[in-house]
Amino acid sequence: MELTNDKFSIPTPASTSTSSSRLADLVSDQFPAGLRVLVVDDDPTCLMILERMLRFCLYQVTKCKRAEVALSLLRENKNGFDIVLSDVHMPDMDGFKLLEHIGLEMDLPVIMMSADDGKNVVMKGVKHGACDYLIKPVRIEALKNIWQHVVRKRKNQWKDLKQSGGGLDEGDRQQKVSGDVDYSSSANEGKSSRKRRDEEDEADERDDCSTMKKPRVVWSIELHQQFMAVVNQVGLDKAVPKKIMEMMNVPGLTRENVASHLQKYRLYLRRLSGVSQQQSNLNNPFMSPQESIFASTSINGIDLQTLSPAGQLSNPSLAKLQAAGLFSSENLKLRFGEGQLQHMSSNKPMNFLHGIPTNMEPKQFANLHQSIQSFGSTNTRVNASATPRSPWLMQMAHSQPRRQMLNENTNSQATRFPSSLGQPTGPIGVSNGFVGNVIADTRNITYPYNSVAQGNFDASPSNLGHCGFSSIQHAGQNRDASLIGKSLINTGDGMSQGNLQNVGQHLNTLLVDNSLRVKSERIPNPSFEINPFSEQFGQEDLMSAFLNQHQGVGHVGNEFDLDGYSLDNIPVYNRSC
Amino acid sequence: MDVGQMRRQWMDYIKSMFEERFLDGQFLQLQQLQDENNPEFVFEVVSLFFDDSERILKDLSFALEQQSVDFKKVDAHVHQFKGSSASIGAQGVKNACIAFRNFCEEQNIDACRRCLLQVKQEYFVVKNKLETLLRLEQQIVAAGGSIPIMELGF
Repeated sequence: MELTNDKFSIPTPASTSTSSSRLADLVSDQFPAGLRVLVVDDDPTCLMILERMLRFCLYQVTKCKRAEVALSLLRENKNGFDIVLSDVHMPDMDGFKLLEHIGLEMDLPVIMMSADDGKNVVMKGVKHGACDYLIKPVRIEALKNIWQHVVRKRKNQWKDLKQSGGGLDEGDRQQKVSGDVDYSSSANEGKSSRKRRDEEDEADERDDCSTMKKPRVVWSIELHQQFMAVVNQVGLDKAVPKKIMEMMNVPGLTRENVASHLQKYRLYLRRLSGVSQQQSNLNNPFMSPQESIFASTSINGIDLQTLSPAGQLSNPSLAKLQAAGLFSSENLKLRFGEGQLQHMSSNKPMNFLHGIPTNMEPKQFANLHQSIQSFGSTNTRVNASATPRSPWLMQMAHSQPRRQMLNENTNSQATRFPSSLGQPTGPIGVSNGFVGNVIADTRNITYPYNSVAQGNFDASPSNLGHCGFSSIQHAGQNRDASLIGKSLINTGDGMSQGNLQNVGQHLNTLLVDNSLRVKSERIPNPSFEINPFSEQFGQEDLMSAFLNQHQGVGHVGNEFDLDGYSLDNIPVYNRSC
Repeated sequence: MDVGQMRRQWMDYIKSMFEERFLDGQFLQLQQLQDENNPEFVFEVVSLFFDDSERILKDLSFALEQQSVDFKKVDAHVHQFKGSSASIGAQGVKNACIAFRNFCEEQNIDACRRCLLQVKQEYFVVKNKLETLLRLEQQIVAAGGSIPIMELGF
């Protein structure tokens, strides 16, 4: 077998500074040689053969007999691997479980293998998010092409980024795709690369077309509030899309829009109540095994899967999502040019919810806020009035017990996410409807009560949505506001914990910046508190695992360069791999 | 016997193994993986397979000897054996494992025990033949020759 030396560039989101060696590898002339593969199999014979085959393909191979070891390897080397091959049947951990972990924590493409070719098993693999499923005995030919999954994943991330309000126009994107950026410029004159580029462009165009043909409804906070109001009025049991739609009386809102939103909401509720996954329409692979863990992360956990594609994500949506603290790692991974920084930041779900990686496909952003709001309304601990408050605000009440976690984590988080959290008087309490100023928004979420109480509602960045204010006001009136205020990081009053101060400072700087150049990695941590239930589930571990992943992420100055490999560590469950 | 003769002997031998379905195309894949940088690859893998197989067979025998047989465990062992034998290209063993698994599903102890015997038999035969083949290879290499590159369809 011969690997061609054709130069090949992978169209990754544009970045003029590709500092990551991983990126360099990926786009090097010898690609896919050097692809870093982690292979996991408890059978020594198979493991040896696979390793040899992969080496034969010129990949850089690490082999592993046990899933636990593999996981720790992955965790220790956030950016150490490009793709994982795993056996399905392993004694210490089910391969699918490993798959889910990886999807959640590292979001690497995972290929499952098994001597089992039963349709059920293969289907299980697909549902759990495996990029591919190889039947043993695995042939070299099959391994030669596994690099495609790595490329595809990156491409999808980029595409999502683009769709989520990316500022790049066709021309720019195509240009980037055609690799006029540094890292790719060196190579691709070869036919193969050109051809690939064309294919990519075609694919992108097709995607664009399909996106354009179906303009999607963005579930703004107001809209969701309306939805919630109607649902509460009618009663969830009796809530049918048609009726809801009629009662909402929103021009342009179709029954289908409502139906899908309702479905997501229901899923969210189910997830909240820890209903078994089987009942959920969406097979959230990572949900089920981690149902317990993520039940708490209601915000991010529930609707991630159900959320509509991020393609529809507009700035306000993003803002809301961010405020909600739900960030698809997918989005985070998106590397985009300057114009998209805002989106980036808004897309940084990561450490929002108590550090538990939220598997959220970028597409789901748009609906995140919805879930959040729905959470708010279902949150009984908080004094929920009929009007759905910002869910996270509501949930803040719950956050008190988790304050500790927040404290623990904010430190690391704070340093990493110099989000503009710290401004009590800034766009405070605007938990929703932020355009681009996501971080700002999220900050508000966490420090809402103080500011709310103070009636500081000036949205410093002009992009702060309006809807947020009303909800903030509500929040302010929330009976539990004081509770929340205590538990939340109160930047206004100066962070009680030293950790928070960092965050605050950052936030202030960022706010001043006002351009919302929130670096993707700088996600306000306060969102941790958003998740009321996370406490129960060994979050510390998850958090630390999660945080560890982001060690390399969120450095100042690490704006959106394609050090986005570090972004890859953002746990995100990306089915599109 | 000169190198040429040894090579021909080797080719005939491996051909028969294919024709008699002891080996399948996967074995050829293994051969392709052997090169000057990995001159002993086939030997190493096959040796590893032998060691692993003995262990599995022992576990299988033990599991089936129990008063109350844990079929899940038995199935897991067989599944693994199926995987490793398939990876080596030991077709006979693999097929015997497939049949074995079916009986595991049925939880038919007697049939399972019979299957185990079958699997063992297949295994020992192919083990024998592989050892012969590898010995031939070593002789060829020792005599300064190279191992022929086989392709399916020969």
